[in-house]
Amino acid sequence: MNQLRRLILKGGGAGGVLACALAAGLLRPSRAHAAEWNKAAFESKSLADALKHIGAAGAAESADIHIKAPEVAENGAVIPIEVTCRLPGAESIALLAEKNPFPLMAQAELAGGTEGYLNTRFKMGQTSAVKVVVRAGGKHYIASREIKVTIGGCGG
Amino acid sequence: MAEPMKIRTKMVDGSAHVFVLMMHPMETGQRKDPRSGQVFPAHFIQHVTATVNDKPVLNMQCGPAISKNPVIGFRVKDARPGDRLAVAWEDNKGDKARAEATIA
Repeated sequence: MNQLRRLILKGGGAGGVLACALAAGLLRPSRAHAAEWNKAAFESKSLADALKHIGAAGAAESADIHIKAPEVAENGAVIPIEVTCRLPGAESIALLAEKNPFPLMAQAELAGGTEGYLNTRFKMGQTSAVKVVVRAGGKHYIASREIKVTIGGCGG
Repeated sequence: MAEPMKIRTKMVDGSAHVFVLMMHPMETGQRKDPRSGQVFPAHFIQHVTATVNDKPVLNMQCGPAISKNPVIGFRVKDARPGDRLAVAWEDNKGDKARAEATIA
């Protein structure tokens, strides 16, 4: 908990203003989603299936997707990853871990001036390649990065 | 139930760098209780949406592989200081939370 607090304070930078807003939306009527949760893709058990379900089969390798993540993750339950994409017009970023029980971890649709950048933390059960798929200008691009895990973060 | 989210923003070269911390167990549905041998049921955030002045900027779908108490950082290019940022999530059990902040 305390460690998380440190991290978010650090991440926001010293000049940032602490904006701790209340969760006010709990009692709101259900809000329509732009897209339903992509169950087929998130429940795919192989990388190839997951890629197919997000429409990214046959994505081209790209050197313009930069993945910043530790080479060796001591704790597989919390692996920080930062994706910066220099491809113009990035529309979506998907994160996949090849050897996770369900490879697709997250997919973010970027809209209205959001840059090709995403920062989050994920879990990984074992050493595996992490793939990042970016859709830019209607085409899919993929980049890969090997991350070693010493203690898995998925099991019991 | 849900604790408040924490949102921090910072303007860097005309782009709003946003950092959100959500409080959520993000249970994968694969972990077993060592005493009873029962599987902890999956409980994770499926959707995260963010808007700036009611205009969508991020619509993210998550699986259970995102870490407990998820952190999401993104950058909005055309945002200005004073713009209203709203972030909302919804999990697989239908729980929801929403938070607002002003871009600094």
